This record gives sequence, structure tokens and C-alpha cells, in this order.
Amino acid sequence: MGEAIAFYTIAAFVLGFAVLVVSTKDTVHSVLFLVLDFLFVAALYVLLGAQFLAAIQVLVYAGGIVVLYLFVVMLVNLKRPPEAHQDPNRRGKLGFALSAVVLAELGAIAAYGYVRPAPALAQASQVLPVTGNTEEIGWLLYTSYLIPFEIASMLLLVAMIGAIILAKREL
Amino acid sequence: MVDSFLVPLLKIVIVLNATLVGVTYMVLLERKVIAWAQSRLGPMRVGPYGILQPVADAVKLMIKEDITPVRADKWVFTAAPIIAMVPALIVYAVIPFGPEVSLFGRPVTLYITDINVGLLYIVSVASVGVYGIILAGYASNSKFPLLASLRASAQLISYEVAVTLTLVSVILVAGSLSMVSIVRAQESMGVWFAFLQPIAFVLFFIGGLAETNRAPFDLPEAEQELTGGFHTEYSGMRFALFFLAEYANMIVVSSVATTLFLGGWLRPFSSVGWLSFLDIIPSWAWFLLKSFFFLYVFIWVRATLPRYRYDQLMRLGWKVLIPLAIINLVVTAIVKVILL
Repeated sequence: MGEAIAFYTIAAFVLGFAVLVVSTKDTVHSVLFLVLDFLFVAALYVLLGAQFLAAIQVLVYAGGIVVLYLFVVMLVNLKRPPEAHQDPNRRGKLGFALSAVVLAELGAIAAYGYVRPAPALAQASQVLPVTGNTEEIGWLLYTSYLIPFEIASMLLLVAMIGAIILAKREL
Repeated sequence: MVDSFLVPLLKIVIVLNATLVGVTYMVLLERKVIAWAQSRLGPMRVGPYGILQPVADAVKLMIKEDITPVRADKWVFTAAPIIAMVPALIVYAVIPFGPEVSLFGRPVTLYITDINVGLLYIVSVASVGVYGIILAGYASNSKFPLLASLRASAQLISYEVAVTLTLVSVILVAGSLSMVSIVRAQESMGVWFAFLQPIAFVLFFIGGLAETNRAPFDLPEAEQELTGGFHTEYSGMRFALFFLAEYANMIVVSSVATTLFLGGWLRPFSSVGWLSFLDIIPSWAWFLLKSFFFLYVFIWVRATLPRYRYDQLMRLGWKVLIPLAIINLVVTAIVKVILL
């Protein structure tokens, strides 16, 4: 009961701040709402018992990436309101199309979960030879999910090299 | 009821108050030590040897006029000192001041909580503190604070990488992220991690100086270039909050350094039996003593070293500290694999 109340309260904050991120005119305020949003997402992770993920969420997203957003927003003065596009409906149409795709994806996940329920979490963790939140994540990352993990790290490496090459024309 | 609610609440009240009192006296200590380093007396007028100076300072700051610039972004301007202060205080939740002791017949742990990801919690909460500085500079709507806050954010992001990498090598040695387990690991190995990880220890302390904007890395507060720094437009208690946050962060860095590298609450040579007479000094006193040592070094460094230039600061961070931290991490990992 208490957990349900906490979940719905936090979820309401997450959604509310997400709406504020896209509806606020001032770009810096928008970035700040994004930070608050990330903090509440971290609270959701804590509620799920994933403290490691929550700490990483705050460290990487709230404390790292959004600081860089803020940096860019402050350097590029965006006080001037953006000019309207020639076709005023274009943005609206694109938004609806993207929202429809996301909604379809969420519906598909929900339907799949209904048809084939996920195994209970307690069962899954019994298999692991280690205990503790951090240890379990480490174990899973280096056994069952090794290949996705390595592919993700390769992707980050490629992105990093790409950024360096783009930024430094002559090496 | 008592154990689950009242005792933690009492601990929080005690730790917060001790921190705030400690912070105000850190300011006095800093003024005194720097004065002695320069053959002066320092504050002498308020109370014997100036020991009531912090009280006078606090009263002065509280009754000063609180000015918000007309062109400032009011909400962000108000929020910035709070955002700087809160992370500096909530970090104390996981700092272990001592082991479990018996107090009035009931077992009491000398830390507020011990979570599985304690060290990660400290790093992540501290990373949110950067916003206080950035937003203060932005919301003031004035060019010098903005320049200072851009400097500060670049500096903090750069040095955060090096500090976090040194922490990872300590975690590798200890095999845990929990602050209490890290101290226990030093107890069972019989050696402080300062001796197992000397490079990480030095890098952590240098990074800690930069993360708390202390000399010789106090560029965000370079008066000669920036007329004060990111808090130029602040006055009264809001200005004081930035300073409280800075000193509270210094205490945090000292406590973390003590816990990770100097054995936390353990007495020196905790594995040597005949030195057990040292146990008459309680564990929390050893912790405070070691933390005080770091705080003193913070002030000592400020009294000794001149400020870095901005490009020197960045070069030191990216070309010296981070490569050294990565090499240290790789060597630690290899040695650990071989020894297992």
C-alpha cells in the first residue's frame, strides 16, 4: 500500500516535470526541470530496490550530462524566441507521429508482458552466486549480458572518437 | 519505535549541528592559521583569542540586508544557495564516525546509515552540488559571476573524473562500495589504504582541493580577475550559505579521505597487539583527529601555494591527474587478479 502511494506520487512528479521540460519557454529553466525529473526517476529506482542504478542515474545524468547541457545553453544565448517554421503544422504532425510510435511500442510491451509474464525477481536472483545490489549487477553484466554490455561500450568509444575528430579538424 | 525512528533522528540532529558548528569554527581556524603563517595574530577582539568571532560573524551575516538584483532570475537566484548547501549536508548520512558502540545499554552505530552503495552515493550527491555554483553565476545576470561559474563548472567536471577514478581503485582493493565495509577491509588487512594506494591517495587529495574550489585551484573565486566570483551579487545569509557549503564540502572530503585511506575510526596499527593502550582514545576521536589533519592541510596549502592559471589547471587535470589515475587503476586491477 505504502509502496503504491510512493510510486504514484513519484510517477506524478516525473510526468509533471517532464511536461514542464518541454513547455517552459526559458531554456535554462527547462534544463533545471530535466534535472528534477532525473532525480525523481532515481527515486523510482530506489523504490524498486535498485540503489546502484539510482546512484548511477544521479551521478551520470543529473550530475554529469545535464551539467554539460547547462554549459551549452549558457554559452549559446537563447534569450531570443525561436523563429516559427514555414509550415506551422509540421512540428505538430511530427510530434503526433512520434508519440504514436512510442505509444504503440509501450502497448506492445504491455501486451507481451500480459501474454508471457516475466519470471519472478526472487527466482532470478536465486541463481546468482553473489549477494548485494552492486555485486548482482556486476555479475549479470559480465555473464548473461556481456555482449550487449561490450557493444554499448564500443558504441560509446566510437562516439567519443567521432566527437574528437569533429571538434579537431587538423590532428 | 525508538530504534527505528528516534535514534536515527537524534543522530541526524547531532551530525547536522556538529557540522554547522564545525564549519563556523573552520572559518576561524583558517583565519588564525593563515594569520600565523603571515606572522599576524588574526581575530583577537571578540572573546579570548577571538574564539567568539564565528558568533559575531553569524550575527553580522544574518542581519545584513539581503539584496536580489533587479535583473536577476529570481527563482533560480533564490534556489542556487540552497542547491549548493543541501548536497553538502546530506552526504554526512553515510560517513562512518565510528563502529557500533554501547550507549545507555543499547547498541548504537556511530553512523546514520550504511548503504550498499555508500561511496557511489557520496560521489553522486556531490556531483549535484555543482548546480549551486553554475546557477548562482547564471541567475545573477552579471558578467563576472557568469564567467566564474563557467570556470567552476569546467573545473569541477574535469576533476570529478580523476577523483572518481581514484575511488574506483580503492573500491577494487576493498571489494565493496559501503563505507563501513571499506574501513572493515582495512582492519582485516591490517594496513591503511594510504599505504596500498599511495598514488590514489595523493590524486584524491589534489582532486579534493579542486572539487571544493580551494587554493591553489580557487579560480572561481579569483578576486583579482572576477571581482569576487560566482557569488559577487549575493549578500547576507545567502552569501554565507555558499561559504557554509564550501567548508561543509571540505569536511566531507576530509572525512572521505580519512575513511578510504587512513582507516576511518581505526587506531594507528590496529593489528599490533601491544599498542592496544591507544584504545583509551575512543574510535570517533581517532576519526575526528584524522579528519582534522586533512582540514589543517587544506588551510596550510592555501597559506603556501599561489593560484594556478586557468590553462595550467586544465592541463594538470586532463594531462596529469586523469592518466595517472587510469594507470593506477589498471595496475591495481592487474595486481589484484594476480594475487587472487
